[in-house]
Amino acid sequence: MPRFAYSAFSLLRHGLTGHRRWRPAWRMPDPKPHYAAIVVGGGGHGLATAYYLARTHGLTDVAVLEKGWIGGGNTGRNTTVVRSNYYFPASGQLYDLALRLYEGLSRELDFNVMLSQRGMLMLAHSHHDMEFARRTANAIRRNGIDCQLLDQAAVARRVPILDISADARFPVLGGYRQARGGVARHDAVAWGYARAADRLGVDIIQNCEVGGFIVEAGRIVGVETSRGPIRADRVGLAAAGHSGVLAAKAGFRLPITSHALQAFVSEPVKPILDEVVLSPATGVYVSQSDKGELVVGGGLDLHPSYSQRGNLPVAENVLSGLVGMFPCFANLRLMRSWAGIVDVVVDSSPIIGPAPAYGLYLNCGWGTGGFKAIPAGGTLLAHVMATGEQHPIARPFGLERFRDGALVDEAAASGIPH
Amino acid sequence: MMRIPCPWCGPRDEVEFRCGGESHIARPDPDRADDDAWAAYLFDRHNVRGAGSERWLHRHGCGRWFNLVRDTVTHEIRTVYAMTDPRPERDP
Amino acid sequence: MTGFRLPGGGRIDRGRPVAFRFEGRPYQGYDGDTLASALLAAGVTIVGRSFKYHRPRGLFSAGPEEPNAIVQVGPRPDLKATQVPLVNGLEAGPVNCWPGTRFDAGAAMGLARRFLPAGFYYKTFKWPDWNWWEPLVRRAAGLGRVDPAATAPEGQRRHLHCDVLVVGAGPAGIAAALAAGAGGRRVVLVEQDRLLGGSLLVDQGEVDGMPSDLWLARAEAELAARPETRILRRTTVFGCYDHGLVAAVERERIVWKIRAARVIVATGAIERPIAFQDDDRPGVMLAGAVRAYVTRWATAAGRRLVLFTNNDDAYRTALVWHGNGLQVAAVIDARRSADGPLPDAARAAGIPVATNATLLRALGRRHVRGVVVRDGNRRLRRIACDTIAVSGGRDPAVALFVQAGGRLAWQDAIAAFVPGDGGYTVATGAATGLFGLGSALAHGHAAGAAVAGAAPGDPPLAADVTTGTMLPLWHAGGDPALSWVDRASDVTVADVGLAAREGYVSVEHYKRYTTSGMSPDQGKASGVVALSLLGRATGRAPAAVGTTRFRPPWDPVPIAALAGADRGRRLRPVLHLPAHDQHLSRGAAMEEYGGWMRPAAYPQGAETRQAAIRREAAAVRAHAGLFDASPLGKIDVRGPDAGRFLDRMYIHRLSSLKPGRLRYSLAANEHGIVQDDGVIARLGPDRFLVGTTSGGAARMAEAFEEWLQCEWVDLDVFVTPVTQQWGVVNLAGPQARTLLGAAGTDIDLDPAAFPHMTFREGTVAGIPARVARVSFTGELSYEVAVPARRTAELWDALAAASVTAGIPPPVPFGVEALMTLRIEKGYLHVGADTDGTTYPADIGFDAAGRRGDDFVGRRSMQRPDAVRRGRLQLVGLLPEAADAVLAAGAHVVATGEGSDGHVSSACWSPALGRAIGLAMVRDGRSRMDETVTVDDLGRRLSARIVPPVFVDPDGSRLR
Repeated sequence: MPRFAYSAFSLLRHGLTGHRRWRPAWRMPDPKPHYAAIVVGGGGHGLATAYYLARTHGLTDVAVLEKGWIGGGNTGRNTTVVRSNYYFPASGQLYDLALRLYEGLSRELDFNVMLSQRGMLMLAHSHHDMEFARRTANAIRRNGIDCQLLDQAAVARRVPILDISADARFPVLGGYRQARGGVARHDAVAWGYARAADRLGVDIIQNCEVGGFIVEAGRIVGVETSRGPIRADRVGLAAAGHSGVLAAKAGFRLPITSHALQAFVSEPVKPILDEVVLSPATGVYVSQSDKGELVVGGGLDLHPSYSQRGNLPVAENVLSGLVGMFPCFANLRLMRSWAGIVDVVVDSSPIIGPAPAYGLYLNCGWGTGGFKAIPAGGTLLAHVMATGEQHPIARPFGLERFRDGALVDEAAASGIPH
Repeated sequence: MMRIPCPWCGPRDEVEFRCGGESHIARPDPDRADDDAWAAYLFDRHNVRGAGSERWLHRHGCGRWFNLVRDTVTHEIRTVYAMTDPRPERDP
Repeated sequence: MTGFRLPGGGRIDRGRPVAFRFEGRPYQGYDGDTLASALLAAGVTIVGRSFKYHRPRGLFSAGPEEPNAIVQVGPRPDLKATQVPLVNGLEAGPVNCWPGTRFDAGAAMGLARRFLPAGFYYKTFKWPDWNWWEPLVRRAAGLGRVDPAATAPEGQRRHLHCDVLVVGAGPAGIAAALAAGAGGRRVVLVEQDRLLGGSLLVDQGEVDGMPSDLWLARAEAELAARPETRILRRTTVFGCYDHGLVAAVERERIVWKIRAARVIVATGAIERPIAFQDDDRPGVMLAGAVRAYVTRWATAAGRRLVLFTNNDDAYRTALVWHGNGLQVAAVIDARRSADGPLPDAARAAGIPVATNATLLRALGRRHVRGVVVRDGNRRLRRIACDTIAVSGGRDPAVALFVQAGGRLAWQDAIAAFVPGDGGYTVATGAATGLFGLGSALAHGHAAGAAVAGAAPGDPPLAADVTTGTMLPLWHAGGDPALSWVDRASDVTVADVGLAAREGYVSVEHYKRYTTSGMSPDQGKASGVVALSLLGRATGRAPAAVGTTRFRPPWDPVPIAALAGADRGRRLRPVLHLPAHDQHLSRGAAMEEYGGWMRPAAYPQGAETRQAAIRREAAAVRAHAGLFDASPLGKIDVRGPDAGRFLDRMYIHRLSSLKPGRLRYSLAANEHGIVQDDGVIARLGPDRFLVGTTSGGAARMAEAFEEWLQCEWVDLDVFVTPVTQQWGVVNLAGPQARTLLGAAGTDIDLDPAAFPHMTFREGTVAGIPARVARVSFTGELSYEVAVPARRTAELWDALAAASVTAGIPPPVPFGVEALMTLRIEKGYLHVGADTDGTTYPADIGFDAAGRRGDDFVGRRSMQRPDAVRRGRLQLVGLLPEAADAVLAAGAHVVATGEGSDGHVSSACWSPALGRAIGLAMVRDGRSRMDETVTVDDLGRRLSARIVPPVFVDPDGSRLR
């Protein structure tokens, strides 16, 4: 075990010396003039990509370039839900790869990412909803992923505070549940990957904004940054909501529109909700953080935005939907809210694979669902960057699908996007 | 909450409107467009960071569509113009 | 010693005692008290336990910055006692301690404190895994409790429009409001407190040559007398949103959305502490709060005070304390010298002042007993006291200014961030760092005058008390691991050092790693201390560290207020049928379908839902039934180009339709995906009535308009949604013609004159009606549309016609029986049999092959994925076992164990006496008669793929 491993024992040992000997979780190196690979974007996906490039593919001459602070984009601005209860086999494979990696991640990274597999429950409010729930639950099981269909009584047992009365605005008839779904600590995922990648030799460079690409003979051979040009044999782009801006710099457009997605947090209270619960009628979902806060999400702000600034009507919509499900939450207060810039694609599925510009590889378009996919996004982008070949799981998610019309549209099939 | 200057009704709260996304996307001749051109029409967007043209519908008002130029960072609205007008010259 | 009520003074009404309970014990306060002031006066010293280490905590502040006194009031968790108005019968208690504040079992956590630094949980709990540890951690975390049986009263949303909004009614805000409204401008003045005055409620002085209380009363009277000025008390502005929208919450219930031409932010400043060892002990309070409790609430926090300061202003606390006959043991001033008028006054009053001294440590566990001081000669000294007032300077309350787009600047003179430029608000008074009363009044007046419509009058005059420079000081000394930065989150100076050491040096990383500023007080008093300490640990100036982003809400907002009246039936309201009440009287079980409450079935007596559905469906096949089809979408499309337009919107050509005839068609979106289906009637050469699904009515009308206004601007077409103008009753079954005739109509019902898929206008039962021969049941069927308010009349007439005809009455049937009938007939239900991946070709409509002209989505239907093999196609499914139950949502098992499609609709068919279904099956049309395995949650059955028509395949019953 490395000298600076994290453990209860190390906490005890450092406690005796006032915690004055802990080392930085990651170094803060200056950029080198050249790397074997550069990943643009120090969010979860970018950091995971660097980690898997080093660990899986032995490519350690790697830099992650982050314009601000790592994990400061959507990785740090989401509702921390992880799940793989997807309708289409392609989605199921992708998100279950992520969930399986999440299941071993705390130990693999030597950093507790607090994966809490408390269960994710999708409600059904009508007989028609129940038929859809059944169809989706069966599809998930066909994908080899755990899923149960619950009737009203079973839902009430799991979430007794839910308003299941017949005169509720959205009565609850049942739902489907993935027991392996849950939440994880979002910052820890970024920090854990950063620390583990750093230990493998990856340079994590913060406050380094990419302003353009260095192109030679029709091939991207590096990036121009706020800290000077940095050359690389290959460049990966994991910039979420800012992918479109960078794509424009590389001379192509993406099928992406950036929107603000808000999340809301209540004051911390003692345990009251043990599941992640989503209502398809309102789009509102909620879980309780380990600290005790309710973490609530809902729909997008429905106009393009790069503002990381949410709006009041969406907050009112989401919170009224929340109270409709859980009347007792009306007594709580909204303590914090924030907005992330999400990169929304028509089919709400990601784009992974080679870009139209040679030497550039994409990992974007996760929309509202990127956090849960971080380990998979990193694995797949690392694979195509290292080998030049799409990982089999990534194949349905290349840009070609837009030309062919082969969209992977979860919302279209199950009514629930990401 | 933004105030959208409807050219027919005057400024109204954002909740009365629906944003229809990027404006001035030309619909190619379906019989001449190959799959790539058709996909570009359907999917590819400039997704401007800054001032971009959008079309909006005053859904709970006059029911008219119109164009506007809006900054996607500050949300400031620069210009409003009719559906059939060309995109105004870019800001100096 | 503990706190107590002073014999006189204060802005409380001693004639109106208020009884309340805290932690089950009865206490008494007065009208005008907050829960905090009443607890302090009642001698309650420990008001709660800290979040992580369960250390005893007492009141720290008197305002929204309170980190310690987090209380439960009835079903409402996590209120700050400083913000709870005292009312009779109030029941409050501490949070996060058991059994109580005095003895708390959780205090054991405090013993392990040294092994639980910031972020300890990231380094451990990896074995066996987090799922194992989490329940323990969750139980330890959290503050108050949610009462599962309680909900909150409904909130309200209200709107206000004005010329000038002034946020904060301290001296600067009042001066601004007076000036701005002098010329008749509409002014709104918002104050979070129940009283106007801000700092004047605590520190009285002289304004315009009169006592400040008198000036305040006159100012308030003048504002109240202005018809165009409105004052909102107990109203907290919590957010500044896009395009100048300011949101406030009044009395926890009403959310105000305020649009103002100008917004003046006069939110004052918030005092911050200086950290020292054990500075979280009960009895350590902000200096301004100690003073406020004395002057405003006539409550002394104790009897013997030590003041620790780095600035002149805090000396007011010592002077007030002394002036009330209480003892000031010492003023410990960290500066080399203190010689302004306030320190001089303190010395003149005989108060011992020690400069160049620091306070290293508080003594006492459950309450302060004294302090350890290091004086200018570096000698340590103990001073006995029961109250420590601390002041590290003040931070302008800039959150709203920043939310509104303003940028901050660092001001060395006060070691704080002040409003810089930008944004849509103007800051004034202490919110800009102007702490003198005279300056604040003048600045506020100027801010108001700048937007006044007419002469703003003279500025209120008052003198600034001269104050010397302050000395930036963040941690005075003592053990950093016991010196608190964020009391609410239990973050210490050592934690800041740890975060810096481990590389969490971005202020956002620091915040997230330590959870600093993330508790109900939102770090209002601790934010600048924290970032300054972080700067010190990383060799950066505070300005270089910067702040975390300010976002709404500035202070927690009740969710009930934000939800407003969107509760119960008013949450996402549903549409009701014109004949809703009549359906109820017929025993209808109403359910929501696509935004409408509709009869699902009409169970009679003890009949089950299933039995009712079967009975109704069978009755329609055997005899006749009545169905309320009013929600079906109806769009009037007219104009010279109406036909051409509909040709482009639907996959079938509609311009060739003859007047008086109907045609069924599908609409796709530009991606080629089925969006809607319906029957289109041609009313005349230039006029069509387009039928849509009930859920698709609004969507289709909007799509029509979008194409007309944005793409085909040359087409001359008018689109008018008329769904709710018409009530529609569907009369279906073999006896339908007889019944319609018996009801009385001037329309010739002879099948030759009025065949299937045609349309007539006339009267039915004396009511003007449009009658369409269209069927969704597979039976002979008339869809009779009348003006909406006459729907029930029509229904009754059709039902009563059975008497005239001498046959049994038609049976009312609901949506579920209709579904059974249409599944038997193999009629498609868009949204059940199709989803967002379905092309028309998948359900048997080869639309892409239509020649000659284009329509929406046609090109997309030619893309490779739309024409590939292996697509899901609509078929029928017949279980092999006669008693099998087929569930919609079951899947067809593929050879390789994946899915080969799914059952999209299923029912038990009364006509066939067995279960049947429609299914979307991979390459289904080429797999007729194949037997497949259907899996539903592990239950399997065999079924045969058949054509999707189970009843009357040649359509003879329709005619």
